[in-house]
Formats: sequence, C-alpha cells, structure tokens
Amino acid sequence: MNGITQSTALWYASRATGVVSLLLLTAVVLLGVLVNRQGRLPGLPRFVVTGLHRNLSLLGVAFVAIHVITAILDPYVTIRIVAIVIPFASAYKAFWIGLGAISLDVVLALILTSLARARMSRRLWRSLHWLSYLAWVSALVHSLGSSNDLHSGLLLYMAIACTLAVIAAVAWRVTHAGRDIPREERAAATLAMMSPARAPRTRGTPRGDAGPRVQGGSVPRGSAPGDRAPENVR
Amino acid sequence: MTYGTTVPYPAPYPGPQDSYPGHPGPAGTGTEAPGRDLPRLLPVHRAVPVDLRTHLSRYGAPPYLGSPGKLIPVLKAAGLTGRGGAAFPVYRKLQAVADARTRPVVIGNGAEGEPASDKDKSLLWISPHLVLDGLQLAAEAVGSQAVALYVHRNARLQERLRAAVAERAAAQIDLAPVEIIDAPPRFLAGEESALAARISGQPAMPRFKPPRVFEQGVVGRPTLVHNVETLAHMGLIARYGPAWFRSAGTRDEPGSMLCTLHQSDGGRDVVETELGTPLRDLLRLDGTQAVLSGGYHGAWLPAADAARMTLSNEDLQAAGAFVGAGVLVALPADRCGIAETARVARYLALESAGQCGPCFNGLPRIAAALDEVASPRPDPRAVTDMIRWAGLVEGRGACHHPDGTTRFVRSALHVFREEIRNHSAGRCVDPGRQPFLPLPADAALDAADWS
Amino acid sequence: MKKELRVDPTLCSGHGLCAELLPELVTLDEWGYPIVARGPVPRSLDRHVRRAVTDCPALALKLLPAS
Repeated sequence: MNGITQSTALWYASRATGVVSLLLLTAVVLLGVLVNRQGRLPGLPRFVVTGLHRNLSLLGVAFVAIHVITAILDPYVTIRIVAIVIPFASAYKAFWIGLGAISLDVVLALILTSLARARMSRRLWRSLHWLSYLAWVSALVHSLGSSNDLHSGLLLYMAIACTLAVIAAVAWRVTHAGRDIPREERAAATLAMMSPARAPRTRGTPRGDAGPRVQGGSVPRGSAPGDRAPENVR
Repeated sequence: MTYGTTVPYPAPYPGPQDSYPGHPGPAGTGTEAPGRDLPRLLPVHRAVPVDLRTHLSRYGAPPYLGSPGKLIPVLKAAGLTGRGGAAFPVYRKLQAVADARTRPVVIGNGAEGEPASDKDKSLLWISPHLVLDGLQLAAEAVGSQAVALYVHRNARLQERLRAAVAERAAAQIDLAPVEIIDAPPRFLAGEESALAARISGQPAMPRFKPPRVFEQGVVGRPTLVHNVETLAHMGLIARYGPAWFRSAGTRDEPGSMLCTLHQSDGGRDVVETELGTPLRDLLRLDGTQAVLSGGYHGAWLPAADAARMTLSNEDLQAAGAFVGAGVLVALPADRCGIAETARVARYLALESAGQCGPCFNGLPRIAAALDEVASPRPDPRAVTDMIRWAGLVEGRGACHHPDGTTRFVRSALHVFREEIRNHSAGRCVDPGRQPFLPLPADAALDAADWS
Repeated sequence: MKKELRVDPTLCSGHGLCAELLPELVTLDEWGYPIVARGPVPRSLDRHVRRAVTDCPALALKLLPAS
C-alpha cells in the first residue's frame, strides 16, 4: 500500500467503525422509542420494528468490537485491553476513552439482560433498560472527544442530526406518555368516548386528545402497566 | 325455614354428645348439637351483636382438633361449599393449601364488593366470633400462623372486629394472631387474586391465572381464601358434625345460607334459609315482573319461572342463573328492566380494573349500547353490537368480570325482550326510569380508589 | 407434554406482533387485542410459537401446560 502504513489503516478502521457504531446505536435508540410507543415503520409489519431494534443492536456490538480491537492493536496510541470495559483505565485520553467503555458496558448489560428477559424480574429489566439513554449520551460524547473527526464537515452534520433525532424521539415519547390514560381511568375514558354526556367526570388533569389509532375509535392503548415509568404505577 | 319465624335458639344443656366417627363433638361444653332448625349463624335477637362471653356460653371455645388436616374429612362429609359465590367444595381448597410445602396464609374474605349484598357485613357485625372461630380452625387445618380478615371499608365494623380479636387474644382462645385488613370499596376487591394483590401491598386488581392463589397468593405464599360465611359454617360443623349440617338443605346442596333479599316494595333484609327453599317463600312475587338471582354477575329470571324454582343450583343453573352469594332481587312490574340493567352495566363497566384490553374496551361499549336500548326508539344496531361485544369479552379477561357482566346482560336481553320491543315502538313501562337496584354513588376514578 | 398458548391480558397492550408472527393461532379483535386459539399447540408450529413468545414486547404470551 503506497503511503498508507498498517498502523494508519488500523487507525482509520477504528475511526470508521466508531462512526458506524454511533449511527447504529442512534438507530437502536430511535427504534426502541418506536417499540415502546407501539409505532410502526411505514409499510412494514410490526415485527420489523422489534426485529430491527434487536438485530441492529447486535450488529452495533459487532462494529464496536472491531472499533475497539483495531484501536488496541494500533501501535500509534496506547490503549490497554482492560480499558475496553473499565472506564478511565486507558493511558491515552483516559476520560474520552472511558466514556466509550461506559457505553460499551451498558450496551453489553442491556443485550445480556434482554436475552435473559423471560427469566428475570420485569421491573429489573425495565429499570436497566432505561440506561440505554446513558449509553447513547456516553457514546456521543466519547465520539466527540476521542478524535477531531466529528468536529467539522459531514461528520459534524451527522453528529448534529443524530442528536436532534434522539432529542425529538424522547420529546415525542414523553409528550405521548403524558397523554396515556392510567388503567384506573380507562373504562371511564371508553365510556366517555361512547356517550360523552353520561361519563363520570375524571379527577385530575383532563386528558384531551385520547389519540385512538384504531378504526372506530378504541381506547388509547397506552402501555401495559409493566411498561409504564415506575412513578406512574402504584 | 326463614329467619323471622319464632324459633327459640337451642340453649346448651347436658346431654349425650353428638358423635360422628372420628369426631368427638364439641369438647367440654356438654352441648348437644342443636336441631336442624334455623337460624344457625344469626341469633334470634339480631339487633344485639353477640359478644365473646355470650358466644362462649353458647358454643364453647373453638374445638381445635389437635393437628393440621383433621378438619378436612369432616368438611368433606359435610359437603360444605363456598358461600362467597363460587360454591366450590371447601375441603378441596383446604386440601390443596395443606398440601403445599411453603408456609400458607389464611384469609377470611369479608370484602363483599357486591352492592346488592349485605350478608357478610351483617354476619361480621352480629356474629363475628363464629367467623373468627372458623378462621382459627381453618388455620389449624392447613398449619398456618399467618391469618387475616379482609374487611369491607367501614371504620366502625373494622374497629369492632379489632376489638373482638383483641378480646379473644386476651382470653387465649386463638391459636394464631389475626390481622384486620381494609378492602377498598371496589366490586372486584373480593376477587381472590385481587385480594391477594391487595394484601401483598399492591392495588386490589385481579391477576392472571395460573398460578391460582392456593399455589401462589399473598407475597407468593399458598393462600387459603374463604368467604366469612363459609368460615362461620366451618366453626359450627367442627362442633356439631357433618350430620347436623346436612340436616338442613338438600342432599346435593346441604346446609343453610345467608341471603340478601330485595323485595319489590323496596324492603331489604338479610335472612338465613336452607338450600332448596322455594324462591316464592323468600320473595313476594306478586307485582313482580322478574327476579335477579346471584347479584350483578348473576341472571334475571321471569317471575313466573322463579315462582316454580327453589334456591338451589340444580334449579337455577338450568335457567342460566345460580345461587351465588344469595342475592335475590324482585323487580316490580312498574319498572323498566332494561333501564335497570343499563344502570348496573354502567357501574360494572366503571368497576373494570382497566388492565385487560377486552374488558375496558368491551364493557363500556356494552353499557353504552344498553343505554341506547333503554332510550325511546333505540338504534336497532345496539342489540347486535352488544351481542358481538359480549362474545368478544367472554373469557378474555384476567378475571371473570367480563363473563359475569355478559351473563347478566344476556339474561336481561332475553327476559326483557318484550320491553325492548316496546322501546322500539317508543313506549316504556317506566319512562321516568326510577332507579331500583342499589348502586354506590361514586365511580372509581384513580389509583387511590384501588388501594 | 402438551402445551397451550395463552396471553396474560394484564400485560398485553396490543402491540400485535403475535398476530403477524402466528396467524394460524392468533387474530386481533376490533380493538387490536389478540384472540388466541384454544387447545394444545400443533407440533408443526413449535418454532413460530416460540418466536412469538420471545418477541412479544410485553412478554404477555405464555406457553403453559395444557389444562
């Protein structure tokens, strides 16, 4: 190879797979929000959303593995193997690499617990899965700090786009969750939909657009009690 | 024989012990088993609740059998079935919990979420010690030290029960301490799994089965749940034996039971009667168009049919109804049966826990359709829609709330079909829709209502 | 041992994947909730049933011993 050493190749490979990993993790987070809100990708069956969410996360781990291995092997920078999973143990750019390690640790935990989902406590799985946002933020900041790649040009726009997408998805999730009807009020809400004049007045904040998506108007499904944020469930 | 006739309560006197193979009779009281005469659970002078001293002088202390399991064959011979509505053989529940290997829990169910039923509250108010005896005997039979009484939310009643428990503890009559636990005023609060959830510290909402509560109930432990009236009968059977219990009732449905009667003139009373009593001996049927048997998960019967039936599952199940917890309502001829059914259906819909899609979608729609049918010149699609929705909800909830509601509604569509035709023509027997069936004023609206 | 497919309605929130992955046994009612065929699961559908059970986002599908 003319002018490109093996070392440079490893460094480029690490940076490139790093970018792909960030993109995949962003996609997984967006898909996760879609699963939670029972959304669909236009024209595609529902199982594609959950399927992509799972498969892209596995693909993402594969890319992270290459990203990490090439970085270790590259003699230009000194990153010990343990620094992959133990945060801030690297000699080179300890802080930024450490954030990457945190992200990887969390992603591995999420994947392992999701594989064992049927065998563990529902509440525990759910609480751990909330850490996915931490993993994403950590990965983003790691990307911004570990090299200058994302500071200019196309990659900068990509980083901004990913950030805006996640912010938008979270905002969407939070607003709609706020409109979910708690289970104790669901029957009353259905009754209100059928015969508004005779429905009982619901206590607390009146819920406006119930947002039924099904023909004929069914009660907004909301999520099953196990899926709701802990503070809304008694 | 119904309460109200002058039946002198049998006074204790020295005499031959009533005996049954393996059953020595009530220890140390020298009391012969009373005759078959009723009442057994409610004393003659009903206005005065029975205190501990009177209770002990009348019955003696609870006749503990000495080790777990011994009561079970006695109950099997007696043929006692649950008095909470399901009529499940009592000995089988006890056997199932006694067979479990982890420490069982015993709960007396006095939640009585059915608005038309008063019998459990009355029994707990008037004869709490009969219930508490049965609770202790059941606990001994399954080897449990974790015992509680789950009681309808009424401060005076709960206070009274706490005092009764404390009195018994002081007199050292009880083997296990009894906790009094408050039940939220929900229709479903007394459902077995909802009860187990509430006592485990969660809202009183039903759970999916399996596992059933006798396998995993309160905090995952095998839980024996019995209606308070069932426990009262247990306490008496332990003293007087299966033969005595069977001296009332029929061969297949032995014993006596408490019924809440709603007469067509508005009179409302709790009586004790034996199974097999003709319904016309309990309800005054003249001026009545229909009878509701089994409460709001029961079924309507035309008055003419009811006049030929007895209080037995043999008769009632053939007509699509059942004995249940003994709620019997006589609907006057000058009321609209459909409007009454619509009112109750709305209540039942709002009492949905909101957990299961078919229930919280189907029951309110059925209620709205009934409301439509109860109005003048209803949309003809209302009945067909209602029947379709009934088919969609049956069997698809975690509990039997959808099934019971559709049983009630379907029976109304059949029994009041004449009235439905009237409505299509713009006529109604009671356009003013005066309410008759009892319903609570408030609907459950938020999480606090279920805790 | 014969197994039966059942849905825990308190967990089900009507995602609807089961009806897509297992149309032989599951249809959706007019409100989007699954109606599951009663009775033991045919051996030929084993793989699909297991996938539906694993993929349900609410973990509401259960394979239980046939009653």
